[in-house]
Amino acid sequence: MGAQKKGGGARVSEDAVEQSRQRLQAILLADSFATKFRPVTLERPKVLLPIVNVPMIDYTLAWLESAGIEEVFVFCCAHSMQVIEYLEKSEWYSHPNLLVRTIESHKSISAGDALRYMYEQQTETSQIQGDFVLVSGDTVSNMPLADLIKEHRERKKKDEKAIMTMVIKQSKSSPLTHQSRLGTDQLFIAVDPLTKQLLHYEEDKVDHPSGSVCLEKSLLDTNPSVLVCNDMQDCYIDICSPEVLSLFEDNFDYQHLRRHFVKGVLVDDIMGYKIFTHEIHSSYAGRIDNFRSYDTVSKDIIQRWTYPYVPDINFSGNRPLKLGRQGIYRASDVVQSRSADVGASTVIGYGTKIGNGDKISNSVIGNGCSIGSNVVIEGSYIWNNVTIEDGCEIRNAIVCDGVKIRAGAVLQPGVVLSFNVVVGRDFVVPAYSKVSLLQQPTTEDSDEELEYADSSSGTADHLSGLNLQMESKASELGPDGAGYIWEACEGAHDEEWKHSVAPIPKDKLFEITQAIDDDDTDDESVVPTSGELKSDADSINTDVNDPNDDYYYFEKEVEGTVLRAVEENIKVDLVTLEINGLRLSYNMESADCAGATFYSMIKLAVDTPHNSASELYKNAASIITKWKELLGFYVKKIDEQIEVIMKFEEMCQESPKELGPLFTQILHLLYDKDVLQEDAVLRWAEEKAGADEADKVYLKQCETFIQWLKEASEEEDEDDEDEEDD
Amino acid sequence: MPDVQSTVVEFVNKLRKRKIEGSQATAKCTVELLRSVISHQRVPHANQAAALIDAVKAVGEQLVAANPVELAVGNVVRRVLHIIREEDLSLTTAAMGGLDLLDASDDDDVDNCKGIGYPAMSAAVVAAAARSTLRPPSLQTLLEGTPESATVPYTSSSGADSESKTADKSSLTRKLKHDVIEGVNQLIHEIAGCHEQIAEQAIEHIHQNEVILTLGSSRTVLEFMCAAKEKKRSFRVFVAEGAPRYQGHLLAKELVARGLQTTVITDSAVFAMISRVNMVIIGAHAVMANGGVIGPVGVNMAALAAQKHAVPFVVLAGSHKLCPLYPHNPEVLLNELRSPSELLDFGEFSDCLDFGAGSGSIQVVNPTFDYVPPNLVSLFITDTGGHNPSYMYRLIADYYSADDLVM
Repeated sequence: MGAQKKGGGARVSEDAVEQSRQRLQAILLADSFATKFRPVTLERPKVLLPIVNVPMIDYTLAWLESAGIEEVFVFCCAHSMQVIEYLEKSEWYSHPNLLVRTIESHKSISAGDALRYMYEQQTETSQIQGDFVLVSGDTVSNMPLADLIKEHRERKKKDEKAIMTMVIKQSKSSPLTHQSRLGTDQLFIAVDPLTKQLLHYEEDKVDHPSGSVCLEKSLLDTNPSVLVCNDMQDCYIDICSPEVLSLFEDNFDYQHLRRHFVKGVLVDDIMGYKIFTHEIHSSYAGRIDNFRSYDTVSKDIIQRWTYPYVPDINFSGNRPLKLGRQGIYRASDVVQSRSADVGASTVIGYGTKIGNGDKISNSVIGNGCSIGSNVVIEGSYIWNNVTIEDGCEIRNAIVCDGVKIRAGAVLQPGVVLSFNVVVGRDFVVPAYSKVSLLQQPTTEDSDEELEYADSSSGTADHLSGLNLQMESKASELGPDGAGYIWEACEGAHDEEWKHSVAPIPKDKLFEITQAIDDDDTDDESVVPTSGELKSDADSINTDVNDPNDDYYYFEKEVEGTVLRAVEENIKVDLVTLEINGLRLSYNMESADCAGATFYSMIKLAVDTPHNSASELYKNAASIITKWKELLGFYVKKIDEQIEVIMKFEEMCQESPKELGPLFTQILHLLYDKDVLQEDAVLRWAEEKAGADEADKVYLKQCETFIQWLKEASEEEDEDDEDEEDD
Repeated sequence: MPDVQSTVVEFVNKLRKRKIEGSQATAKCTVELLRSVISHQRVPHANQAAALIDAVKAVGEQLVAANPVELAVGNVVRRVLHIIREEDLSLTTAAMGGLDLLDASDDDDVDNCKGIGYPAMSAAVVAAAARSTLRPPSLQTLLEGTPESATVPYTSSSGADSESKTADKSSLTRKLKHDVIEGVNQLIHEIAGCHEQIAEQAIEHIHQNEVILTLGSSRTVLEFMCAAKEKKRSFRVFVAEGAPRYQGHLLAKELVARGLQTTVITDSAVFAMISRVNMVIIGAHAVMANGGVIGPVGVNMAALAAQKHAVPFVVLAGSHKLCPLYPHNPEVLLNELRSPSELLDFGEFSDCLDFGAGSGSIQVVNPTFDYVPPNLVSLFITDTGGHNPSYMYRLIADYYSADDLVM
């Protein structure tokens, strides 16, 4: 009350003087601009989803209020009506210390759009007067903000360019922890250890698979010391100066706060804006980004890291639960059978009934649920008014409001049941499936940031329509069930286990640790499994070893190219161009090209129908004659020519019956057509002279040819000498 | 009224968010809030006391619900209710006694009720005054089992008696409110002055060259020791640090600043040091009706160590810490588990906290308070003097009405 009056007075009279007495303001984005919580978010905005039986936005608002924020702009986008309605009903609108204002915009599809909208509003009404806190409505924290804001303001006073302070928190450095805790990839940041200025920010590991980070050289020039951390966690809490809004306005392509804005500011050295970091130690901050972090943050709340925002304290008009031994929170009116076994770290809400022989552990059960007998619930999140009949098994699942699970049904790990779904009798919902009454939107309108896309308005109509459909259509969830099982969208298979509430499966865990080990030992980055190879491999080339893997594929490609060239009679130049392209993309030597080209030509000859050896020779001869230029392009050096001979020898060894007898003939042909020079043949012979008897088969075969060559070269030498003499 | 309402909401918020800590600060805020509630409450002609009681109860319930662990809130609310009942009773007895005697008896009563909170008065006088005014009706209501209706018809019948004389009645109304506010002011005064009251007795308990052990931080303990120091007593203080909040460190700092010989020890060293200690003095968070003590975590261990070595275990508690409830009542919330971050660094342990991997994870229990059973307490020193644990129920009967025990 008093504070508000003061703030108002200051604004009217002496705004400039009373800089430090500005109202503390915050922008709360009540929209995650992501689709990770689908299908649940199709029906209810993410910020209203309950976490440990209290909507997420209540945690954020309660924290902002107690951290001394006086005015919050709640930016609503998808389901804005629901958010506004909720806030109107809650006590936040009438809160004495916190002025909650809602801003509605349906056009915004990203955080960037939202801030641009704020900026436009800003120029009209000048709501944001100074530095503000930027958070999203799914942040759970208990960190004090006052000092941080003060620190930011002081820094800003000294340095005009310091426009943002980012809150970070230490977390164990292993990617495994990141995965298992928040379902996100590792974060690499570089910070100036003295000023805490952020120099580099990199969230995704995709660019650098081996866990390396690229820093710009200039960073090292301008900063005496740089601290590179990979054990930090971004809390997504930012203290921003008003310049941030205008920056968003100026750069209309900034969408994502981190990916675009932070990177943009760091790269841009014209404006010279700086971002600083603030590390928190004793307080908690976490953002619910996906189902896995939903699970993690829930556990943290139950473990009381978020104190005083814990279930047994009434922090936002929620009814406090009673905390018992082993971290069991229970409402006072829970009806629990004596034979029910409620294990550690469990929350049970008001008006919930628990039947005989139930086993419940590590789970959150909402208000007004009724649970039958002999139900097993493990590591799951059951929201309000859920009915679970006898003998169900629920493991690591999220079950939304109003769901009915009929007797004997089983939910496998990672299942998400959206609102009012009915699971049929004895039906087994497969792992990681997402079930909703709404059908999956068929056209993924955007793979980008599009929020709860088509849900802006008529969800209700949608629903009623669906119910009609439901009755006519046999359900995907058993005969007496209702709901559609969503298919995982493409490329999201990986995300499935990463972002689900279920613990990471053992094999994936093994894979991650394996990947880390690989990074450590610096092995070759690609380790294909041999099984895959065999299934694809041709009869001739089954025993390709791993290191030759690339070469094998390259050879295949070349073969295809040559085949097509022969069939369609493409010009030699074009074929060379194509093979050169392949050579570059597979990073091959020109000798490899020669080998591969020759290989494909002979293979072509072999594949062409023939009755006798002489016919085969004819085929080969015609092809070689026709395409000698192509081959000639790659066999300019002696080494390359030797490679060709070796290749040919290899092929003959593989099919001794067909090609074997023709070795000398074809070799002679190649010599005749000037593909091979005599030096190459002679050197090949020299090399082979020392080899095993078995390897010498073809050497012996063409002994006469080599003899003849030698003589010829001597003659030539003599000729040369003669010429020189002349 | 809306103004009062908003201050109530603000205070409730503070309590909820655990922003006010320490029973004295909470008690002070509560009683000041209740005073403004009473002064803003419009009193009807009939049943003035009941109206005030209802108003205070309504606010009190909100406050208690906001932070049930902070027992001082409930204590103060009950004290205020008791003051209202007492004033009402004295006025009605005066009215019954005859209108011509009204003035004289009223004065007496005002004196009496002043005596209750008045710090300079001895405990005996206070007890006597309380007994004379309070005893009969509260016993009676207890037996009848109808707390409010017992007093209310009383008032209305007295109102019916004096109905003809409206002028007298309105003055009576004003008088009740005035007297109640007066009484509440005394309570505020008492809460503010409880440290001095307790500290005055220090000289009788701390002797030359003694070694005193204390645990955690308490302003009462600080004042108590400083008072002894001022009287030229020279003694040494061992301060157990009071993990995990380490408030003992703060206390040690203060003590050194005031020139006391101070030694900081870990909580786990208490047993090792106890044989060298002459007396353990701790500040209580709350004193229960059975004489049990709620204190900072670790206190029970210190009390057991003291018992083992027959060292006196002395508890300092202002009268606002006396709680009329019994600790074995399941409805009474005695403890609060705080954030594990006081014990562990989240970043360092984030890998052990990961539930996703399915392996074991760390559970942290961080209770704020400890309960010391009455048989381990040698002496309570309150602002009304030293008492045995077994005497606590008597003190409580003096300070509270039986009607208000269950709110």
